[in-house]
Amino acid sequence: MTRALLALLLLGAAPAPVVQVKPDLLLTTDAPRLADYGLFDAADNPAPGVQPYTLGTPLFSDHAEKYRFIWMPPGSQAQYRPSGVLAFPVGTVLIKRFGYPADLRRPWDKVALVETRLLIHRASGWAALSYVEEPGGAVLKRAGKRVPIRITGFDGQPMSIDYAVPNQNQCKQCHQDGEAITPIGPTAGNLNHGLFGDGPSQLAVWQAGGRLAGLPAANWPRLARWNDPAEPLEARARAYLAVNCGHCHSRGGFASNSGLYLNPEEKVPAHLGIMKRPVAAGRGSGGLSFSILPGQPDQSILVHRMASSDPGIMMPQFGRSMAHAEGLALVRAWIAAMPPQTGAGG
Amino acid sequence: MHGGTAALAIALMLGGSGAAARMIHVGPGDGAQERLQTALIEAEPGDTVHIGAGRYALAGGLSLDVDDVTIRGDGPDRTILDFTAQKGEGEGLLITSNNVVVRDLGIENPAGNGVKSKGSDGIALVNLRVEWTGGPKSTNGAYGLYPVSSKNVLIDRSVVKGASDAGIYVGQSQNIIVRRSRAEMNVAGIEIENSHDAAVVGNIATNNAGGILVFDLPDLPQQGGRNVKVSGNQVIGNNHPNFAAPGNIVAGVPSGTGIMVMANSRVDVFGNQVVGNKGNGVMVVAYTQAFTDRAYNPLPQDVSIWGNDFRANGSDPAFKGGKEIAAAVGGMLPPVMWDGITRYAVPGTGEQRQASGGVRSDVPGITLNLGTHGTPATQARPSPLPVTAFPAMAAGADGGITLPAALEARSR
Repeated sequence: MTRALLALLLLGAAPAPVVQVKPDLLLTTDAPRLADYGLFDAADNPAPGVQPYTLGTPLFSDHAEKYRFIWMPPGSQAQYRPSGVLAFPVGTVLIKRFGYPADLRRPWDKVALVETRLLIHRASGWAALSYVEEPGGAVLKRAGKRVPIRITGFDGQPMSIDYAVPNQNQCKQCHQDGEAITPIGPTAGNLNHGLFGDGPSQLAVWQAGGRLAGLPAANWPRLARWNDPAEPLEARARAYLAVNCGHCHSRGGFASNSGLYLNPEEKVPAHLGIMKRPVAAGRGSGGLSFSILPGQPDQSILVHRMASSDPGIMMPQFGRSMAHAEGLALVRAWIAAMPPQTGAGG
Repeated sequence: MHGGTAALAIALMLGGSGAAARMIHVGPGDGAQERLQTALIEAEPGDTVHIGAGRYALAGGLSLDVDDVTIRGDGPDRTILDFTAQKGEGEGLLITSNNVVVRDLGIENPAGNGVKSKGSDGIALVNLRVEWTGGPKSTNGAYGLYPVSSKNVLIDRSVVKGASDAGIYVGQSQNIIVRRSRAEMNVAGIEIENSHDAAVVGNIATNNAGGILVFDLPDLPQQGGRNVKVSGNQVIGNNHPNFAAPGNIVAGVPSGTGIMVMANSRVDVFGNQVVGNKGNGVMVVAYTQAFTDRAYNPLPQDVSIWGNDFRANGSDPAFKGGKEIAAAVGGMLPPVMWDGITRYAVPGTGEQRQASGGVRSDVPGITLNLGTHGTPATQARPSPLPVTAFPAMAAGADGGITLPAALEARSR
């Protein structure tokens, strides 16, 4: 990841003119072109004050490389919160750039950007905008777009990805808390890792840099890294599900009506899916009776829907077009390790 | 407009409030997906998005998140949103805003649900056709029309065919009217689930596995289904094989069920024509599974059945033990059957709770006298259900449920 980002940042050969972030434009206007905001220069170097950050466990997005940045108005601070996203000041911009390397085995090399998503904290709330790369620069696309990607896959074979840029309503579906739009990724727990997985916690770095207030002296929450075998299986699986599912599957999320809640705070077994019968899954249930049947990943609807790429079955419903084999293996292992239950629910 | 590059024309009209309400026209042709979605994103409150006649081959779902918008086609057989090649999204059309009317459209072969509303206050689905054109299959999408977690819900003059779960499904909602609609060749025709204050009036449910269902399920944000009126419907020949994926709650609905009430209270079934359903004309049961939700009540309570026209039901019940019970009572099941479950133990505490009231019917019925929730049907001790005389009861055309006048006016 470090190298991938550096490669991206070093794409341009000649030094580009310094750009300046345009805070007033960000606060007031859905600019037609990403370049209008001055967040990046023509060589894709971030403007002064636009800082990279990384998450311990990211959302799976069809193997896209993702580069996250944050810009906060000079002198302002985010407020610590033990759960949910940090409280970011008005004016904050969260930036996520999506791109593909020519060869998935060399994720730092020859990365072509596809889109850049912005979450802008305006006085009226967060606004979600997506800018799709076109010749001449990234342009605002409210209605989404499908972008065919042709690269070399992990197996060295040609690979096609039917990459879907979300439309504006889909941005809100995921980034929803009740009626409001909210960021998802930068929770204290998911930022409590070193930048690019190395060095001191980003919480400490942000605090030291004057960008984070209210951080307690100790007992910071920490969301596990989903792919770190040194971490406990359950913590990894819960982290993976929290990030990939919990934005909708929570009490304030789009899938609140399902009764399946995968946010990190959820404790009730039935709401985590254990011995929970389907409600409105329809054919998504795959003929199975429980979201999670402990010890039986093959008999668990959760696994069935994560493994599918059929739009009437797959979960998440969008944001991926292929199954995530490694994430699926993790959730399978977690369910397989659960002690079988008797009686309850069935 | 039709097929041309001029994607969108905007004509100004004067709205009732004095604000400029616009008519946004979208026609078929190249880029229809993006033009339709752009229109739905750029619409403003008061606007109508008019989708001109033609067939729209769509590769992904559409969505609306703007209040007070009408989406209007030129008729369910003239403006057709064709989702046969759908590659993404769980529904054909998703509504997440308030006071929305969707009308005069056909929706074919959505991969998941046809039209869904989530969290809408004021949603009217009028003169729509949702159809899986390959006939009933377990690979069809789940629900045709699917308002959930919504209030002030109207479904009127619509048709759903081939849903692998329920054709018309209203879940976790309140203040609901489903009327003058037709559900055919679905697993369940019309289902009201975990909802309260609902009227299912003047519909036709035919050739589904189950005609009209009124259910309540545990472990959900809204439960305690109650005050549901099922009135003036034609519930005819719902003997289609049940083709739902096993595991779903409707997969347990026996083929041949006319009307089924599960775990709801204050349900009135009156003035319906219930004909030729081979299992039960009306089946009233407790939740059929074990559960761990302490807040959940699995019992049906205060279910009243009167003034219906029952004919030729119960001739060949498909549910387990049905044939034996039918034989024991002379070959045909009577119009009404109740499992007779009247008490349950609260999970975890063991506290016993009793139903506040049972099933009353003005026609012959049967109770299985199972008593306590969890008693297997093999322990049924069938006995006649006492016939109750009902005073002449007048119910409004919509069973006493009324919707906001403005929503009704836009739905005419």
